[in-house]
Amino acid sequence: MKGHRIMWNKTLAAAGLLTAVAAALALPARAAESGGDSHGGAVPPPISWSFAGPFGTFDQQQLQRGFKVYREVCASCHGLKFLAFRNLADPGGPGFSEGQVKALAAEYKVKDGPNDQGEMFERPGRAADRFPEPFPNEQAAAVANGGKAPPDLSLMAKARTYERGFPWFIFDAFTQFAETGPNYIHAVLTGYEAAPAGFQMPDGGNYNRYFPGHVIAMPKPLNDGQVDYKGPDGKPQAPETIDQYSKDVSAFLMWAAEPKMMARKEIGFKAFIFLIVLAGLVYFVKKKVWAPLHDHPETA
Amino acid sequence: MEGHSTYVPKSGIARWLESRLPIGGLMHSSFIAFPVPRNLNYFWTFGAILMMMLVVQIVTGVVLAMHYTPNAKLAFASVEAIMRDVNFGWLLRYMHANGASMFFIAVYIHIFRGLYYGSYKAPREVLWILGVIIFLLMMATAFMGYVLPWGQMSFWGATVITNLFSAFDEIIPGVGTWIVTLLWGGFAVDNPTLNRFFALHYLLPFMLAGVVILHIWALHHVGQNNPTGVEVKNVRKDTIPFTPYATLKDTVGTVVFLLFFAWFLFYIPNYMGHADNYIEANPSVTPAHIVPEWYFLPFYAILRAIPSKLGGVIAMFSAVLILAAVPWLDTSRVRSASYRPLYRQFFWVFVLVCIGLGYLGAKPPEGGYTIAAQILTFYYFLHFLVILPVLGLVETPRRLPGSIAESVLESTKGGSATAVSAGPAGAVASPQTKG
Repeated sequence: MKGHRIMWNKTLAAAGLLTAVAAALALPARAAESGGDSHGGAVPPPISWSFAGPFGTFDQQQLQRGFKVYREVCASCHGLKFLAFRNLADPGGPGFSEGQVKALAAEYKVKDGPNDQGEMFERPGRAADRFPEPFPNEQAAAVANGGKAPPDLSLMAKARTYERGFPWFIFDAFTQFAETGPNYIHAVLTGYEAAPAGFQMPDGGNYNRYFPGHVIAMPKPLNDGQVDYKGPDGKPQAPETIDQYSKDVSAFLMWAAEPKMMARKEIGFKAFIFLIVLAGLVYFVKKKVWAPLHDHPETA
Repeated sequence: MEGHSTYVPKSGIARWLESRLPIGGLMHSSFIAFPVPRNLNYFWTFGAILMMMLVVQIVTGVVLAMHYTPNAKLAFASVEAIMRDVNFGWLLRYMHANGASMFFIAVYIHIFRGLYYGSYKAPREVLWILGVIIFLLMMATAFMGYVLPWGQMSFWGATVITNLFSAFDEIIPGVGTWIVTLLWGGFAVDNPTLNRFFALHYLLPFMLAGVVILHIWALHHVGQNNPTGVEVKNVRKDTIPFTPYATLKDTVGTVVFLLFFAWFLFYIPNYMGHADNYIEANPSVTPAHIVPEWYFLPFYAILRAIPSKLGGVIAMFSAVLILAAVPWLDTSRVRSASYRPLYRQFFWVFVLVCIGLGYLGAKPPEGGYTIAAQILTFYYFLHFLVILPVLGLVETPRRLPGSIAESVLESTKGGSATAVSAGPAGAVASPQTKG
């Protein structure tokens, strides 16, 4: 036991020394990075999401509101190509009924064909159809939007992040923090502000506090009161503010990017219970089988 | 170590088979009667854990291949279809992607265990070298696997790493370019690259499995090392049969490792990945930072620490290959670090240097990061080329226990009978008493 302790003390001392050296070396580089501000925008503020943590679930009402924001605001420029209308009725999602999905799909025009005459034709959408793209091709999308095609949003909540840095990225593995994507989307949507004095704004650019480099091509998309959140009783179901719209659409995009999240966490919990019980059982079986060896090491 | 088998086929069919193909006896002597040192601690369960991870990767991988489309235009969408439309496709894909990381975590623990306890020393040099070959095959497989989803990091990682081979033009003009063209199947990373990477990604694990069989064969021929590093002297006193003892201990280790795996798989499945890989590959847009998967980061740091391209490539490959020379670089007569007071400290410093290199590999190659990476790269090679050979000559090892049985006796009897060497033996045997 004594030998062990000495070993660990020395190891800890060495670890401390090395960490200090590493930190000393890392600091100047870090200062240069954040001081120059060439790499990124400000760190997005953390949001308390319903879907965070091991028992996190999507809030159906929030996903429905987020979908409304997407449909009325984002969809004119941004596609959602990996999603089908039917997904809106899938378990663990916004929870629309099949009838609602059918009616919604029918509002879209979908290109199909060729028919018996060899011609392409347009028909009303069906639940199995994917969301139609807002532009016929990437070039058309780019030319209509100042030279850069608006990105598809299907995976946006997993395709964007910001640097957590040491030591936070280590803590994240323990706290299961995995919501940088939606935090970032919310931050960008709420981060439009006047450029600071002396900031060189290129043509067609907009200043955003959180967008890397601060120059974003997308004009400010949301305004207070823009999307109607009134329920059947005529009262808004949630605040009709930029902040709330941004939260709702970020949550919706998290679901769009990870539609099986709730199933994953539910199965994960069952797997954990199973594995913990199994680990206990095999541990005690092992202990029991090994016990005679410890009492009489010479008889095996 | 084999030849211990007492296998007697019980049924008529087994007897019939045994006289034609003695597979029952082989299995029995390898996994039932095989004598295992009685003092192995839980670090010795990583062999079984790695075997399980290889099976997990192959099984999930084969099913994923049924749904995946290796075409540059369709690959990204086919992976999304697996995630969204295939029954439990998300589970398969996250299991495979995180499984790769778990495989590397386990293999790094396994390698460092070997380094700590001197498991590479005679007569286990070939066993160790086979392990280095497995490690190389794993790296190649993992690299090509990461290219398959055809995201931005897949594409640009493939571009950066395959381009490294062009450095060989500096040795023989034309050879580097020829290798790169061969890897690409053209003049840029494109559909042919994806196709051959997919074919090789499917092939290499089976070659890996073949080398694993050789690795186990070599292991069963020379026998397992143990925390004291003292060879088995008396099979009856120093060893216990593989089944039930090692089988059960391996099962405990494996289930606990599965818990660790499940934490990532079910709750933070994208923790080890890069957000950029959820953006489809686009040859005209370069990501801000091209970073390989975490398990390559120490080697990536070494690559970038050397100012010349060819030098960096040579240093990176040498960093892996130097492991194969460790049996001859280490001059100590004593295997286990438990009895090597100086080596034990240098071992832990080396572990920290590797972690430090991993951290620096994820950082942009500029300013203080580059200088730190250069210092640590220098130390990495210093450890193998200078520290290991010199230590064996200058270090005074502690007194070794007379046998494995003696070290176990000392720890279980609390040192009452033989208190002479209680210090080192206690250090060695404490994991055993915990187990």
